[in-house]
Amino acid sequence: MDKNMKILIVDDFSTMRRIIKGLLHELGFNNIEEADDGNTALPMLKAGNFDFLVTDWNMPGMTGLDLLKQVRADARLGKLPVLLVTAEAKREQIVEAAQAGVNGYVVKPFTANTLKEKMEKIFERIATVAQG
Amino acid sequence: MSVPDSRTQEYLARARELVSQIEAGNIERADELLDALSGLRESKLFQDLGKLTRTLHEAISNFQLDPRLSSLAREEIPDARERLRYVVTKTEESANRTLKAVEDSIPLARRLSQRATEHQEQWERFLRREMDVQEFRTLTHSLREFLSGIIADSTGLSRNLSEVLLAQEFQDLTGQVINRVIQVVQDVEDGLVEMVRVCGSRIAPPQPDNRHAPSKLEGPQIDPTKTGVVANQDDVDSLLSSLGF
Repeated sequence: MDKNMKILIVDDFSTMRRIIKGLLHELGFNNIEEADDGNTALPMLKAGNFDFLVTDWNMPGMTGLDLLKQVRADARLGKLPVLLVTAEAKREQIVEAAQAGVNGYVVKPFTANTLKEKMEKIFERIATVAQG
Repeated sequence: MSVPDSRTQEYLARARELVSQIEAGNIERADELLDALSGLRESKLFQDLGKLTRTLHEAISNFQLDPRLSSLAREEIPDARERLRYVVTKTEESANRTLKAVEDSIPLARRLSQRATEHQEQWERFLRREMDVQEFRTLTHSLREFLSGIIADSTGLSRNLSEVLLAQEFQDLTGQVINRVIQVVQDVEDGLVEMVRVCGSRIAPPQPDNRHAPSKLEGPQIDPTKTGVVANQDDVDSLLSSLGF
């Protein structure tokens, strides 16, 4: 994984953003920006050449799932890797997120290792698809 | 109804007389008897209505008289809301305090480790006699600085760890507050159950619950054994892999 890649963290709780940011720092990523819901995140994504999106699902304003749908519907952002990090743990919700085109799904509470594993897996798959 | 009550006996007597009067062709008398019979029925209707009204009136006055219920609505529920806000504030404060202490500690720990590694390399060179006098002199100065650096950084680390420890005080306070709120919820539940018991036969049967649309967000699942809920990250992974992820 490219340690210089630009990452956007979207969560309505500042403490959760701080935790994810801290974990990403530990993993060696330092090019990180934050947004507190989909409505703030979307213009940032459109303007800012992000390489990776980590988002919560349940947020006031625009939810993470709606943000994901907007990203997938956008011609330029369409292929942006998206990781959902959420407390939503119902099977039908995971299926819904998968159908909306999410790249990874982490349930809260989670560990640094889970986050790392999922990110690695996402970039592995992207590399495989790019080669094939 | 094996033993007929007085009302039934009265009905029976009049009905029998009605039949015999009609058979005898005495229509005038039959009409009178019919009027008497419907009069009997109406008085029964009014009695029933009277009873129903009294039950309803008593039920309503009982509710008004129950001071627990009105104090629940007027004071305790708004109070519970305030208490829960307090929990949100306290836990947020604690999270921020803890995060700050940890964020302040990480660079201290990193610096300690990095400088120890540098000095270990130098020290190994000295032990292998690869160091001249001038270099050794520099090393002793640097070691002295490093030692005082260790003292300062480890003091900082201890202070931050104590801060993390203290930041957990919220648990005791929020625990007490949440227990109080649980009690209020219990009281409300008891009141509602009582209301349903009193008015039960007059309340329409419940309509099917349509609120659980697939996209309704529920937040953290308290019971991981509930159907349709994943218990952990492994379950999420296996579900996703079954979908081709």
